[in-house]
Amino acid sequence: MSADVPANLPLVLIIEDEAPIRSFLRVALTGHGYRVVEAERGDTGLIHAATYVPDVVILDLGLPDMDGLSVTRRLREWSAVPLVVLSARGQEKDKVAALDAGADDYLTKPFSMPELLARLRVALRHAAARQRGDAGATVETGGLRLDLAARRVTLDGAEVRLTNLEYKLLAHLARHAGRVLTQRQILKEVWGPGSAGQAHTLRVFMSQLRHKLEADPARPRYLLTEQGVGYRMAAE
Amino acid sequence: MSEPETRPDPDRLLAQLRAEEEKARRGALKIFFGASAGVGKTYTMLEDGRKQLAAGRDVVVGYVEPHGRRETEALLAGLPQLATRQVSHRGVGMLEFDVDAALARRPALILVDELAHTNADGCRHAKRWQDVEDLLAAGIDVYTTLNVQHLESLNDIVAQITGVTVRETLPDAVFEHADDVELIDLPPDDLLARLREGKVYLPQLVERALAGFFRRGNLVALRELALRRTADRVNADVLSVRRLQASPGPWPTRERVLVCLGPDRGSARVVRAGRRLATALRADWMAATVETPFTRRLSEAGRARLAQNLRLAERLGAETMTLSGQHIADEILSCARARNVTQIVVGAPGKPRWLRAVIGSTTDDLIRSGGDIDTHVVPHGRDDDEDAEAGRGEQGDMRAPLAPRLAPGAEPEDVTSPALGPGYRAAALAVLASSVFAWLMDWAGLTEANVIMTYLLGVAYVAARHGRGPAVATSVASVVAFDLLFVPPAYTLAVSDTQYLLTFAVMTGIALLISAMTVRIREQAEASREREQRTGALFRMSRHLSSTTGTLTLVHVALIQLADVFGKEVTILLPGADGRLAPPPGAPADFVAVDERTGVARWVLEHGQAAGHGTDTLPGCQALYMPLAASQGTLGVLGIRPPQGVQLSAPEQRQLLETLANQIALALERDALARAAQQVQVAAETERLRSSLLASVSHDLRTPLAVISGASGALLDEDASREGVVRDPATRRQMLQSIHSEAERLSRLVRNLLDMTRVESGALVPECEWLPVEEVVGSALNALGGRLAGRAVSVELPADLPMLHADGVLLEQVFINLLENALRHTPEGTPIEIRARAETASGSAPRDAPGAPGALGAPGAPGGATSGATSDVRDVVIDFSDRGPGIPLDELQRVFDKFYRSERGRGGTGLGLTICRGILQAHGGGIEALPREGGGATFRLRIPVSGQPPALAPDPAPDPAP
Repeated sequence: MSADVPANLPLVLIIEDEAPIRSFLRVALTGHGYRVVEAERGDTGLIHAATYVPDVVILDLGLPDMDGLSVTRRLREWSAVPLVVLSARGQEKDKVAALDAGADDYLTKPFSMPELLARLRVALRHAAARQRGDAGATVETGGLRLDLAARRVTLDGAEVRLTNLEYKLLAHLARHAGRVLTQRQILKEVWGPGSAGQAHTLRVFMSQLRHKLEADPARPRYLLTEQGVGYRMAAE
Repeated sequence: MSEPETRPDPDRLLAQLRAEEEKARRGALKIFFGASAGVGKTYTMLEDGRKQLAAGRDVVVGYVEPHGRRETEALLAGLPQLATRQVSHRGVGMLEFDVDAALARRPALILVDELAHTNADGCRHAKRWQDVEDLLAAGIDVYTTLNVQHLESLNDIVAQITGVTVRETLPDAVFEHADDVELIDLPPDDLLARLREGKVYLPQLVERALAGFFRRGNLVALRELALRRTADRVNADVLSVRRLQASPGPWPTRERVLVCLGPDRGSARVVRAGRRLATALRADWMAATVETPFTRRLSEAGRARLAQNLRLAERLGAETMTLSGQHIADEILSCARARNVTQIVVGAPGKPRWLRAVIGSTTDDLIRSGGDIDTHVVPHGRDDDEDAEAGRGEQGDMRAPLAPRLAPGAEPEDVTSPALGPGYRAAALAVLASSVFAWLMDWAGLTEANVIMTYLLGVAYVAARHGRGPAVATSVASVVAFDLLFVPPAYTLAVSDTQYLLTFAVMTGIALLISAMTVRIREQAEASREREQRTGALFRMSRHLSSTTGTLTLVHVALIQLADVFGKEVTILLPGADGRLAPPPGAPADFVAVDERTGVARWVLEHGQAAGHGTDTLPGCQALYMPLAASQGTLGVLGIRPPQGVQLSAPEQRQLLETLANQIALALERDALARAAQQVQVAAETERLRSSLLASVSHDLRTPLAVISGASGALLDEDASREGVVRDPATRRQMLQSIHSEAERLSRLVRNLLDMTRVESGALVPECEWLPVEEVVGSALNALGGRLAGRAVSVELPADLPMLHADGVLLEQVFINLLENALRHTPEGTPIEIRARAETASGSAPRDAPGAPGALGAPGAPGGATSGATSDVRDVVIDFSDRGPGIPLDELQRVFDKFYRSERGRGGTGLGLTICRGILQAHGGGIEALPREGGGATFRLRIPVSGQPPALAPDPAPDPAP
């Protein structure tokens, strides 16, 4: 992993009120080649985000001074920095709201360190790609390969035929591979605005895609469901 | 009974302390008390008010009658005044004190003149002192003025002294409960001088006043009365203080006074005498009236007077009761003995001496059979006392249109001539019929004795059917007819044989006796029928109420019973959640809406006293409102509109109504208490569950915590000492591993507990969406991730399986719990199978129904995949099967119990399956555990699916092909 770390170590801003979690994150992240800035309140977090210009932000949704959702909104007013939110279980609605407001990903407490590191890597990679202005011509995960330029999908080398809409859906997920996308985000992107209430349509198409791409649609490898939140295409 | 008490009675002290507490919350009442108008009461009151204002208190003048006195007006100028209320009384506008405005303004102190004033129609209360009571109850201090002649108990004495009966009276209790009484004294000569100077009344009225009320003799006598009354009060204050300090001294003996009341006007005087006696003896007192067959014959006016006398006694502080029986003296004496009465006060007999000698009198009976009870005989007042035109002191003289005089409830006497009533027609017919029949007998040659019997039969008939008057008329007419028709010489009143005179006398005597006895029997029968009716009503009410629960049902039952007795227009108002009084749905309540503007129901609820029609408070209302008073306060208000022309003020009616109201109140209270008890029981049960939960959870929490803190402590210790036992990297790793797994166990426990709390608190409301089973199974398997390694998990979902309408997050939780359960309880490497199928709700399983609509997974046809479902309710059944040791038959049910753990279970919380059941039940489905053929267990989930998913969103415009 250390091979991936650029010479200029990426800076993580942790906005979290619980000191034990901050300290464990600091130790673990420093050990994995990140620099760390901490804030225990939402307002100081926003100031730090402006002063230090971090490469990625970890934000706890349950802050004492302001709720994480407003921190997300205010941050997104002027910054596109990758943002991973932390939330307790049972707060699916908060997560979805934060994601819809512009957060890049989420983690449910308690979470494991490898999970967090994977999320950070994905977030940083997407940010880097965005900066390069290059969404990537191909996306590859396992045996699944999308050639976005040629609109070609192959599974273990064999071409898969998709309808126009299926392809559009798959391509959208693939462009954000590794990142969770909320149902609303996907519907808006693929079916257009005004389709927000059509969650079951999305489910039907996801099911069709799984039947075409997954060996066992009931145990998907590529197209993962985040129950109550949305979908994620597996990366790596 | 008459033992002298040597120490204070604790109950009485407690009562006194309570009364003082009550007072602390009430406003204080100060009365400026004087012997007559013009002594300077209003002046002093205003001066005091100004002082209080200067001292920074919020003082307002509520109502002051300046009587054109310059000094008073000058004082008034410096004080803030409340606007008076314009009331139109019989077309004449009058100014009245506005109690509602005063209550809204809420000053600290309010000055209200003339406490004994009678309000005009349309005011909240009949009397000003009732307004003042409301102000005090609201915590507002009141200054007011009062003349001695207005005190109720001195009313007749003042009338004797001055020859003028004062109509505006004040109950003595108000005067006695006043916090402060200041006597404003002016020697009579000074007062007369002031009067002549025109300082009291306008000059044109002075002469009239001097000739009437303001004679020197009157003034001296009134002054003495005022001084004595004030001295009495001071004396009472001293006594009260002594009692409180328990200073040794003579304690009054327990005396009890009973006043006998009748429907006559003189009884009012007896009441006042009784009251004075009771006050002098410092005794409790009560007033009783006896209801006999005779009283049932009272005219409306007589009844009204009786009710009025009883109310007078009540106002003067007596406990009143209505006894019932044949013989007045016996009833009074038995009541007196039962209540330990020592003194009886009774009016002097009104009958002439000779009549008393013949038929006796109640007073004589009382004296004769009274034994050791003292009997006081009070001469009756002149019957025309109350009709005398009253010079009413300053109020009466100065206010041009006189205030209404009608005592509430007393209707003008309505004497209709009974001469042409049906009874007398019947009498005439009876005599005619008897005569015809007798004439026939005479013609047939029968003797005169038979003729006389025929007439007596007619008398008996009329007496039985039509009462005393017609019976007497029939008796007389029969004798006359007999004389005319059958006594020679016929067809004249003349009598040839003097023997017949004796026959006439005997015949008249027998006829009268028969009629009297028959009438008496009839009246007794009527009385007992009415009593029976009342008892019956009470019995029915109590029986129905006792077999009913639930506030609304109770009210409903009570209303039906009340309507039975009193007619249809009855309602019960109960305070709702918002504190507003409202009738139950469906009750006739037109009059409530009308009366609501006066706030009468609210007043009754707050004060616990009856108001409205026929009472002194808001008598203008259409209905009478009675409090439903129970031991814990007033629970509601009973409203009843009497049918046109019926008075509810008759004592027996009021008593019945009160008794019924009490029963309803008690039933409501019983119901409320029962509900409270039930809640307590539920709370106790919840508490018991909670503590068992705590006991169980604390064990589950402690074990992983012990491992974590123990293992991490050992690692830290080893780091610090460098000599620790745990140097071996493999051991270290093992310890870290156990810290990690115990932390995960803890996390699982907390998650389960949180879920359990949601399930149990009823906060679990599924947010249902249309979901494919496959997707939920997929996300659950994914969530378990590596923990499923080494297990063959087979999933069999038919292609035509309908979508579920369920909460994805909760359903995923169920699947995870079941999978974790299987992982925990079955040997490693054994397979897990998930199978689903659709069943019609009746239970049969159309597994192979071809092309079932709403199915998923037909590739390539997105538009048609989910369209056109036809059947309405189906169950989706999902089986989770394993090949583990299976579940013993006797545990199949219990595995879903909270904290149930099989003996073989390891590391479970005993909550997972309970949560599953809770979630499925919230979806209207269920879960059961089944033994599996060939070994292992199956958990069968059943989720009903009704309706069909909506149509798919339309395809967006296709992208241009690349």
